[in-house]
Amino acid sequence: MYVAVKGGEQAILSSYQLLDRQRRGDQTVPELSIAQIRQQMKLAVDRVMTEGSVFDPELAALAIKQACGDLVEAIFLLRAYRATLPRLGSTKPIDTSKMVLDRRISATFKDLPGGQVLGPTYDYTQRLLDFSLLERTEDVPLAIAATANNSTIAATTDVPRVIDLLNQEGLIETHPAPELDVSPFDLTRQPVRFPADRSTRLQNLARGDEGFLLAMAYSTQRGYANSHPFVGEIRLGSVAIELVPDELGFAISIGDIEITECQMINQFAGSKTEPPQFTRGYGLAFGHSERKAMAMSLVDRALRAQELGETVQSPAQMPEFVLSHSDSLEASGFVQHLKLPHYVDFQSELELVRKMRSGAEGTEASQDDSDVEHE
Amino acid sequence: MSDTEQRVTAIPALKHSNESQDVSQHFNFAYLDERTKRMIRRAILKAVAVPGYQVPFGSREMPLPYGWGTGGIQVTASVIGPNDILKVIDQGSDDTVNAVNIRRFFQRTTNVEITTHTQAATLIQTRHRIPEMPLRQDQVIIYQVPVPEPMQRLEPRERETRSLHGLAEYGLMHVKLYEDVSRYGHIATTYDYPVLVNHRYVMAPSPIPKFDNPKMHMNPALQLFGAGREKRIYAVPPYTAVESLGFEDYPFEVQQWEAPCEICGSRSSFLDEVITDDSGGRIFVCSDSDYCQSRQSSAEQNLPAQPSDQRNGK
Amino acid sequence: MVVARSAPILRATKLTKRYGQRTALIDASFELWSGEVLAIVGESGSGKSTLLNVLAARDRPDAGTVEFQLKDGTIEDVFQMTEAQRRLLARTDWGFVHQNSADGLRMDVSAGANVGERLMALGDRHYGQLRATACDWLARVEIDPSRVDDLPKHFSGGMRQRLQIARNLVTRPRLVFMDEPTSGLDVSVQAKLLDLLRQLTQQMDLASVIVTHDLAVARLLAHRMIVMQRGCIVETGLTDQVLDDPQHPYTQLLVSSVLQP
Repeated sequence: MYVAVKGGEQAILSSYQLLDRQRRGDQTVPELSIAQIRQQMKLAVDRVMTEGSVFDPELAALAIKQACGDLVEAIFLLRAYRATLPRLGSTKPIDTSKMVLDRRISATFKDLPGGQVLGPTYDYTQRLLDFSLLERTEDVPLAIAATANNSTIAATTDVPRVIDLLNQEGLIETHPAPELDVSPFDLTRQPVRFPADRSTRLQNLARGDEGFLLAMAYSTQRGYANSHPFVGEIRLGSVAIELVPDELGFAISIGDIEITECQMINQFAGSKTEPPQFTRGYGLAFGHSERKAMAMSLVDRALRAQELGETVQSPAQMPEFVLSHSDSLEASGFVQHLKLPHYVDFQSELELVRKMRSGAEGTEASQDDSDVEHE
Repeated sequence: MSDTEQRVTAIPALKHSNESQDVSQHFNFAYLDERTKRMIRRAILKAVAVPGYQVPFGSREMPLPYGWGTGGIQVTASVIGPNDILKVIDQGSDDTVNAVNIRRFFQRTTNVEITTHTQAATLIQTRHRIPEMPLRQDQVIIYQVPVPEPMQRLEPRERETRSLHGLAEYGLMHVKLYEDVSRYGHIATTYDYPVLVNHRYVMAPSPIPKFDNPKMHMNPALQLFGAGREKRIYAVPPYTAVESLGFEDYPFEVQQWEAPCEICGSRSSFLDEVITDDSGGRIFVCSDSDYCQSRQSSAEQNLPAQPSDQRNGK
Repeated sequence: MVVARSAPILRATKLTKRYGQRTALIDASFELWSGEVLAIVGESGSGKSTLLNVLAARDRPDAGTVEFQLKDGTIEDVFQMTEAQRRLLARTDWGFVHQNSADGLRMDVSAGANVGERLMALGDRHYGQLRATACDWLARVEIDPSRVDDLPKHFSGGMRQRLQIARNLVTRPRLVFMDEPTSGLDVSVQAKLLDLLRQLTQQMDLASVIVTHDLAVARLLAHRMIVMQRGCIVETGLTDQVLDDPQHPYTQLLVSSVLQP
C-alpha cells in the first residue's frame, strides 16, 4: 500500500545539523575566530563587503565563517542583513584625491608627481606555494619595509590624480557635476529600468559578481568590442566618510574606509567640431580589490558604446545583458533553484512527450499492453 | 552606528538550530521593515488596478535566495496580519522542503496560525499549483513566479517587451503557438501557459500546469503574483476574466488521466506519477496533499463527496 | 486633419536629416499618388536610404513633414501621431521590404508563421484559415505552398525576398516601401522578382516607394522617379522621360555611365 512521503520538516532539521557539523569541521581543531578571518583573510573580507554593499569587515568576516568560506553565500548573508536596515542618511561623495595612500600606480607614465608606490601586492611575487606557512604556529616578527617606495605617503596633497594631469591639457573627457546635482537613483530600493543612466550602471557593476565582470572585461580585450585601454591610475588607501546632519548644517567625518579606485583611459573619440580626447572607464571597490575595480572600469567603458557613437556588437556593450546578469545573488539563486522540486511541471512534459511519441508510432502504439494507461 | 560589540550580538541569529529566539526582539513583524511593506503594497494596489500588468518594485534581498520564492514571500509578508491563517504549498504539497522552509520563515517572523487545510486558510502561498478546493472571496492566493514576462523566451529585451505590452502587440505569442501546431499538431506548452487577463494583458500564470489555468478564471479569491528576482508584481482581482491563449480550431485543452488517484479515487484532480518498483511500475496520486487527505477522511467517515469533484470547469 | 477627395497618398515636404555634422538629406519634397510607383535613384551616399527611412517613420527628420492619407481619406502628419498609431500603420496599411531579407523575416519560424504574423497580431485566431491564407500567398509569390512549414533559413535568397513580400502584403497595405529589393540576387532571379513586383503592384493597386541604384529596376517598375545627389533631389519626373531625356548634369552622368552596384 503506497504511503505519501512525509517528514519534510524532520529532513530539514537533520540537514541543519549536518550543516553545523560541516561548518565546524573536526572539533579537535581550534575554531576559527572572526578576528582571524578579518585579519588573515582580508581579501576575502574585502570582496564580501564590496558585493554585499556594506562596509563592515566584522560582519563580512562573520558571514564568511557562517558560509564555510563560500564567498557568494557570504555575500548573500550580508545583503540580506543590509536589506532591512534603516537608512540614516546619505554621505557626501568621497573625495579620492584626498586618499591616504597605501598604493598608487600608473601604467601611462613612467614617473609622475607622488611617484609609483607599489604597496602590498601580489603583482611582483612568484606564485610558488610557500610551505613555511604550513608550519608557522607562533608569531614570527615580520620585516618592516624600509625603502621609501613602500612607505605610506602621508601628505595627500602631494599626489595629484593622473586624470587631473591629463585634464590640464584638455586631453581627457570630463563630466563636471551639474548645477542642480540630484541624488543618484538607489538601485537597492528600486529596480533597474532600461535605458539605465551611467550612475545606475556603475552601482550595478560595483555590486556585481567579480567573476562575471572579469569575464566581460576580458572579452573586450579579445576583440568583443575594443577600447584600447590603459591604466591611468590605481589608488588604494583610506578616505574619510562625511555626513551633513540636518541639525548641524556642516559636514562631520564619521569614519574612514579603505577603497580601491581604478581610472581607465580609453580610446579617444572626437568629431569634426570637437578635437579628440581620451575617454574613461571607472571602477571602485571596498578594501583592496584591484581585479574587481579594473574589470568594472573596462565594462563601464564598454557600456558607454552607444553614448560615444560606437557600434554595439558584443555582449559587454549591451546594458540589458550585462546589468541583468551581474548580480551573484540573482544568478546563483536562479541557477540553483533548479534543485527545487519541479515534478509537477516535469509530469506535464513527460505526458506530452509520451503522447507525441505514441502519435508518431502510429498504430503500433495500440500493441502496447502496459497495465497502466497514462494517455 | 552602535558599537561593534552590541551590533554583533544583536544580529538576528538566522542560526537555524536555535529557533526559540524571541522573534520580536530581532525582526519586524513578517521580517520586512514597514517602509518596504508600504512600497510593496503600493505596487500591489497598482497591480490590482491594472489586471495582468507587471508592476516593477524594489525587491529586497530576503533570507531565502532569489529564484526560491522571494517574490511570493515579499508579497505575503506585506499583506499578512496577526490574525491571518497561512498555508504554504509547493507542487501542491504542504510537506515538500521548499514549502516547509517558507512556512517556518513565517512562523518565526509572525507567529501566525499555520494550516494545511485549504479551506481554513486566509492566505495561501503557492509554488507551481492551485489547490483543488475552490477558493472563496475572503481568501488570497499568492503565487511564486520565476519568470514574469510571458514573452521572455521569444524576446529577452525588457525594453522591447514593455512596448509590446503597452501597445497590446501580441502577435509574437501567437506565432509561437502557430509554430507548435504546425510542428507537433497541437500547442506544446504544458505549464506556465500564457493567459489573457481582463481581455487586455497577456500574463504568465507561473509554472502551474495548464490543468490549473481554468481555476484562475472568475475566481472569487484575490490572486497575487510575486517575482522577486525579476522584481515584478502582478495581480488578478476577484471575478476577472482569465482566458488561456489558443486558436479557434486548436483551442486550449487540459490534461486528462485515465486512472483515478490511487489513494482517494479522485478523477478530477492533478495527479503525480510515482514510480513504485525497479521494473517501472507506476501509480498516480493527487498532487494536492490536503485535497487527497480530506477526500480520504471523508470517505472513511462516509461523508458526501466534496463539491470540487464535479468541477474542472472551463 | 483634412479630408481631401483627391489628395496624394503620401506627401513629403522639405525633409531634412542630419547625422552629427553630416547632412544626409536636404529639403526633400515630393508627392505620391495612390497606385503609383516612385523610384528613388542615386549612388550610395546620395541620401536615398535616409529619405526612405524618414518616409517610413523609421527615423525622425530634423525638419519637414510627412503626410499620409488614411483609408478614410483623412490626412495625418506621420510624426504627430503617437508611437502606437505609427506601429499599427506599419503593420497594416504600410509594408517595408528590406534589402536583406533576414531583417524583414523571422528566420527561425516557418514560412506560414511569417506570413500569418500580421494577421495574428490583428486578432485572427483560426489556425486552419491562417495556414490557408499563408499557402495562398506563398503561391501568389511563386513559392511552392508545400513549403509552408519550412524555415526561411532553408530558402534561397530569391525565395526569402518573395516570402518577405508575402509577409508584407497579407494585410493588403496601400503603401509599400522597398529598399533595394533585388540587390544581392542573381540577374535571372532579379528579373523574376521584378516581374512579380510589377504584377503585384498592378493587381493590388499599390502605391510604392522603391529605393534603388539600378536604373533598370526604375525603368521596369516605376511610373515616376526621383534622382538624388548628396542629399538633394536634383531631378524628378516620369521615369521614361527622365531616363530618355535627362536634364540635370548628374542625371545625364548616371544615365550614360554603367553603375557598379
